[in-house]
Amino acid sequence: MKWHVLRPLWLAIGLLVVILIARQFLVPDDFGVHGESFTYNFHRLGNVQEWKDFPVKHLGRESCVECHEEKVAMLDASPHAAIECENCHGPAVGHPDDVELLPIERAREHCLRCHQSLEYPNNARSELPNIRNSTHKRRRECVVCHVPHDPREKPAREKRG
Amino acid sequence: MSCSRRDFLKQACGGTLASILPVSAFTFLTNEEARAAVANANVRWGFLVDTRKCVGCGLCVKACKKENEIPYDAPITRTWVERYVITKDGKAHIDSPNGGRDGFIENVINGEEIDPENIAKAFFVPKLCNQCDNPPCVQVCPVGATYQTDDGVVLVDREWCIGCGYCIMACPYGVRFFHPVHKVADKCNFCYHRITKGMNPACVDACAFDARRIANLRDPDDPVTKIITTERVAVLKDEYGTKPHVFYIGLDENVR
Amino acid sequence: MTSEAVVHGVEWTIKELFVYPNEFIYWSIQIVMYPYMTGLVAGAFVLSSLYHVFGQKDLKEIAQFSLVFSLALLPAAGLPLLLHLQQPTRAMEPLLTPHFTSAISAFGIVFTAYGLIVVSEIWFVYRRYFVDQVNELKGKEGFGNMLRLNIYRVLTMGSFDISEEALAVDHKAAKILAGVGIPVACFLHGYAGFIFGSVKANALWMSPLMPVIFIMSAVVSGIALCMLTYIVIMEWKAFRKRRTEGATAAVEIKGAEIDIISKATTYLLGFLIAAISLEILDLIFRGYTAMKSWDILRSVMYGKDFVNIFVLQYTLGNLVPFVLLLLPGRTLKRTVVALLLVLFGVFMMRWNVVIGGQAFSLSFSGYMHYHVPIIPHSLETFKEGLFGALTVFATPFVLFWIINKYVPSLERGEEAKY
Repeated sequence: MKWHVLRPLWLAIGLLVVILIARQFLVPDDFGVHGESFTYNFHRLGNVQEWKDFPVKHLGRESCVECHEEKVAMLDASPHAAIECENCHGPAVGHPDDVELLPIERAREHCLRCHQSLEYPNNARSELPNIRNSTHKRRRECVVCHVPHDPREKPAREKRG
Repeated sequence: MSCSRRDFLKQACGGTLASILPVSAFTFLTNEEARAAVANANVRWGFLVDTRKCVGCGLCVKACKKENEIPYDAPITRTWVERYVITKDGKAHIDSPNGGRDGFIENVINGEEIDPENIAKAFFVPKLCNQCDNPPCVQVCPVGATYQTDDGVVLVDREWCIGCGYCIMACPYGVRFFHPVHKVADKCNFCYHRITKGMNPACVDACAFDARRIANLRDPDDPVTKIITTERVAVLKDEYGTKPHVFYIGLDENVR
Repeated sequence: MTSEAVVHGVEWTIKELFVYPNEFIYWSIQIVMYPYMTGLVAGAFVLSSLYHVFGQKDLKEIAQFSLVFSLALLPAAGLPLLLHLQQPTRAMEPLLTPHFTSAISAFGIVFTAYGLIVVSEIWFVYRRYFVDQVNELKGKEGFGNMLRLNIYRVLTMGSFDISEEALAVDHKAAKILAGVGIPVACFLHGYAGFIFGSVKANALWMSPLMPVIFIMSAVVSGIALCMLTYIVIMEWKAFRKRRTEGATAAVEIKGAEIDIISKATTYLLGFLIAAISLEILDLIFRGYTAMKSWDILRSVMYGKDFVNIFVLQYTLGNLVPFVLLLLPGRTLKRTVVALLLVLFGVFMMRWNVVIGGQAFSLSFSGYMHYHVPIIPHSLETFKEGLFGALTVFATPFVLFWIINKYVPSLERGEEAKY
């Protein structure tokens, strides 16, 4: 037997060793099967915590009420009670420290998300108070006549614009 | 996560072995077997969508995009709302412009104006990741960059994903996409950063109609779990054997 | 939106009717190139093995060439994947943390193993040549000679024994490797088919026949490309010989060439019949069982993609070359036309699988149209556009030109004793 015939094999083994050594350095220590199934639980464990640490942006009305007690109380008592403050004001993260003022969504299109009549039979949308965008006070913002925090109220006169 | 040193070593060694020996690829544990062996098994997240309550306002989509840092104007989204309008001739008109981010304020579908007189039924169907028990997207990931956590949520490791797109192809529900900034696969994770802190997912909070609700299916006292276990609920595309965990009330045969 | 925030797929996807918001043609032309190039690799190797293993002596000339050519093709099979990855710097991860339940995870391993087999086989076939070169170049002056000498020294891997006995061992080893290489080549390509065939979400792809179809068409395309390149190179040689040594030498080259081409054509036709039969079977089965997805599949196959599938792939790419090769009185010119059409047909088959599989929405209620980016205006539209694909296609020819300088695979007569 001529042993030179094995040389390509040594090459292959060398390559394998290089990969195995590289693995030791390049694969994070917490990579493995975390759970019972190799199919579904093979991953880097630290990533779970990374996702848990993802920053929360919408803080909920419990956060709003700390300063805007009156507004939240008004909303809570209104037919709009189910609507989150942040639906119209955007995520509260960083407010008021970094973001002094939150945006206020005043566009007609925002109100129309629920209140545009689509005339769909047997659909929850049709049961809400609704208008036809094309015929109802076309050029005016809704907030001129309706108070979003309590749509039963009319806005104070001086605020009309 | 409580995990003893010994367990950790065991898992680490198991992982190393598993990744060297292809043999482990051929052990197909059923999920019940797998679950039974997992210690921290008192949480399994599920989701309930009541399509009868959805009015198609799209505020869930808006909140999701802002909460999860998905570029607002990019045409991809972790959750979306579909509109189905079935006309009296039996034809289904379906759309989801911008994923329903801006709501549905016109009676026009795919450029076609639909006369309300002709509508037999119409409804909205919110969609999100089904956090399947047998997620095909996880099965096909070549590097272990996407996985199922012990509470049933499927996550994507943004540091390890190579961006091959195989998971996107493997998902029958089309919930995955490439994140335009991070350039890795991305998907809904039930707002994992919120639910693990006891908060609701952003879309659930944003919904004023209770059409979207989160549930811990392991907690028999969870009110949403009670609905799922006692009422008639359905899942999407069960023929794929993925065992989805987003349950629907009021699903229609036309829903895709 | 900044240019950074462009969603992958938006630039070449046009949606029609209802398509889920996140659906785009994510797997574009590079994923067409990937099985195409892999197929060429596998096919080239199988052709060379027909001589090395099964002793088809009349294939000897082309076998030597296709072995070296399959090495040149190999990097071009991995290149499209690299160009397609969104995170190309992490391309080594499938080797670091392979998740074996994924068809793609095996790519790195099978690909490397296959590469080693090809390199080893070439080494055994050419070892004597390397040693001869070292002996010949020893003591010669000049930088070029020194460089060549050292390259050949490395290529011998320190084994200078060229006794009869050692060469016999080489020959045996090459034969064994060629034998082992056939299943590995088929596996390399069969699992490229498995990557698609196992995607249960995709109604067009999901089929257990997919890997087999891929292997058959791979061999077809590999043989066709080897024959074509061989003819072109040999014609060039004959042309040069005619100018230097006169018409007789050229005729001699031509005669040998036509024998080889006739033999290879027989194999080509055999594999072509197998490939077409399987594809037709798949089609008939889908139509007959008419599962939920059949409505949309039918509208894609018989409607939107009719020209691509039935005109370009089956008629122009399969039927026409089949007739051209079978009709009596075959000339070299006609063979070249037929081979070009076969190569085109297999490319269209890959196209119709990869792009066709994404031509309809997972909702079964809408369509997506793919518009190949022609003029690149960004790295992405280059990589996943026409020029990216052409780069991939040109790579093996450039590599072969370089490799062939050190491992001559086209010598004949006295020089071809290795």
